[in-house]
Amino acid sequence: MSRDTQETDFTYRLWRYDGEPGELIPLLQSAQEHFGYVPRRAISSISEATGTPESTIYGVITFYSQFRLQPMGTYRIRLCAGTACHVAGAPTLLDTLRDELGVEEGGTSADGLFTLLTVACLGCCSLAPAMMVNDDTYGSLTPAGARKIVRRIRREENRKAEKRESLV
Amino acid sequence: MVRVLVGMSTCGLSAGARDTYSELEELMRGDPSHELGFTGCIGMCYREPLVEVREDGRRTLYGEVDPARAREIVDRHLGRGAAVDEYVVYREDPAGRASGPEAPFLAGQDRIVLRNCGIIDPESLDEYVRRGGYEATRTALVSMTPQEVIDEVKASGLRGRGGAGFPTGLKWSFAAQNEADQKYVVCNADEGDPGAFMDRSVLEGDPHAVIEGMLICGRAIGATFGYIYCRAEYPLAIRRLRIAIEAARERGFLGTDIMGSGVDFDLKIKQGAGAFVCGEETALFASIEGQRGMPRIRPPFPAEQGVWGKPTNNNNVETYANVPWIIVNGASEFRAYGTQESPGTKVFALAGKVAKGGLAEVSMGTTIEELVCGIGGGIKGEREFKAVQMGGPSGGCIPARLKDTPVDFEHIPQTGAIMGSGGMVVLDDTTCMVDMARFFLDFTQKESCGKCTFCRIGTRRMLETLERITSGEGDPGDIEYLQQTAGQIKQASLCGLGQTAPNPVLTTLEYYREEYEAHIEAQRCPAASCTALVSFFIDAEKCTGCALCAGACPVGAISGEKKAPHVIDVETCVNCGRCITSCNFDAVRKA
Repeated sequence: MSRDTQETDFTYRLWRYDGEPGELIPLLQSAQEHFGYVPRRAISSISEATGTPESTIYGVITFYSQFRLQPMGTYRIRLCAGTACHVAGAPTLLDTLRDELGVEEGGTSADGLFTLLTVACLGCCSLAPAMMVNDDTYGSLTPAGARKIVRRIRREENRKAEKRESLV
Repeated sequence: MVRVLVGMSTCGLSAGARDTYSELEELMRGDPSHELGFTGCIGMCYREPLVEVREDGRRTLYGEVDPARAREIVDRHLGRGAAVDEYVVYREDPAGRASGPEAPFLAGQDRIVLRNCGIIDPESLDEYVRRGGYEATRTALVSMTPQEVIDEVKASGLRGRGGAGFPTGLKWSFAAQNEADQKYVVCNADEGDPGAFMDRSVLEGDPHAVIEGMLICGRAIGATFGYIYCRAEYPLAIRRLRIAIEAARERGFLGTDIMGSGVDFDLKIKQGAGAFVCGEETALFASIEGQRGMPRIRPPFPAEQGVWGKPTNNNNVETYANVPWIIVNGASEFRAYGTQESPGTKVFALAGKVAKGGLAEVSMGTTIEELVCGIGGGIKGEREFKAVQMGGPSGGCIPARLKDTPVDFEHIPQTGAIMGSGGMVVLDDTTCMVDMARFFLDFTQKESCGKCTFCRIGTRRMLETLERITSGEGDPGDIEYLQQTAGQIKQASLCGLGQTAPNPVLTTLEYYREEYEAHIEAQRCPAASCTALVSFFIDAEKCTGCALCAGACPVGAISGEKKAPHVIDVETCVNCGRCITSCNFDAVRKA
């Protein structure tokens, strides 16, 4: 198993857990990375492995904004809501994306493709306003530009889906 | 050997550097006289993607290099030895003399912390060592006693670069004095202030500088283990840190009996999970321990009881990055920069409405004007410099008329703001100051851990008040209410988040009271920004008559002939803003 995979494969991480203190958050992050959210059974497994009560784990999950208890879309849009992006028009972009995806902040589109999130700051302030779609960063956005990105991804996904259908 | 280096940190990547790199890889394949590599962020973010051609000590930096420009550069510069002057933004001759259109941006800076950023491959330990890396470690571990290291850091006058400005040497001496079976070194790499990206650039561009600083601190205070707490929103920084730590271990710079000195030290990375309050050190420790990030009362201070209840020294990324330089060059060299009370340099992240957004490292005491109007190139477009926001959500807005204020630990607090970690967001006359206050309260309200009643509920009440004001529903007495609540929150909060959350409101009230009054008494936004209080209109010159906005309007306020400029009926308009979000031509405006 490659080094990177070792870091992100949840079952592997859980198996490797050897009682080291302070591992709760890394284990939760591994589950999040692996499943796209923290499923119920991951909480149970971590509780059993670490001896931490599930209620405590739930308390940690709900404190940190990174953790999701519901599955997210294939594409996680993280719109930057930092100061520079705010001043450069991020609120308008948020309205645009809410309209384009038909969701409120934090929601997932009906086709399960997109989850719309805002983040405090991506640290790319010279390229404000900015957003990340999974691990790709897009800067100097306009409402039209943001819509284009979403539509392009949708088109690609539809094409992939059609291809899958035709193979059946 | 001619080297071609592409800037591949987050700014470069989001500007398209990966495509540029792939193109260069393709074009340079099979040519042994040319070598392709990458570097971190040189700080000239407004010209990304940046590509440097380095030959015989001569540097030629090209800006806005997309694949098409990359082809031209390979063809003309590499192929025929003639630089493509039109795309050159900066040049440096072997003697270090700078020229080119962006020479003022870099030449106006003193780069101590950023000494390697944009110059070395951040994933190469060899390049770091070739530029003098780990020499400081050798000196500190083999030729100096722990006390001598602390004395040198004290003598330099280095003060914490995370915002509080506490004397670093003194802080180290506290942890050094306390006896324990285990002590810890912690690096606060959470960089939570929106608008700040200095630490990100150092971690992505020169991670070994931070590792070395922590190592030397460990030696000084007697700690054999360290944690770097890095925010999860910086995946590239975490990746580069991992690579650096692995390489350092392999080379014997981390681990046991480092360089035969008998000193042990190792590091672990802990990722943040999206909580701004975890930038507060006691909350950070709680997070390392796997708990909810709730701050604890101090005393006891971290030097006595920190992570796992053990003596801990916690410093910011930039603070640690200064340490190896100080050990190698000496405390008095460090004092040659900056001011008496604030020696050394500071890295600032220029962003917002400034023409040249990026990183500027300057001597402490440089004025706001020199930073914003000099290095930063002034305001973008034809607009007016209104204010600069410093210190993130804990800071304040300094009006342009105070632009000759020196930026250091003494003068900035006198304006009511704080220098903070270095984020400087420049604002122009289209920014509404009441909305800025609302923006920051929205942020701190969400990020409050909830422990203290006044922070938890007080910030919510302030936010509600500001939301009413910015939607035209302000009441007389609102300003007094904000001031009173601000005072109470400051007094009754346990940690820095609550204690400083009211600052943006207090400073904007101090300098822009008339904007608050216009919103409350006349339902008017002088900056024409607050959606509920402006009129929308269509710029006839930009409008193509595509009618997308008319289709998006929920009340049918937009009309016009096909392909002819459309018009908004102000009476019918309900100020929802949908027209702006649907226009592809930037033709819908606010007034």
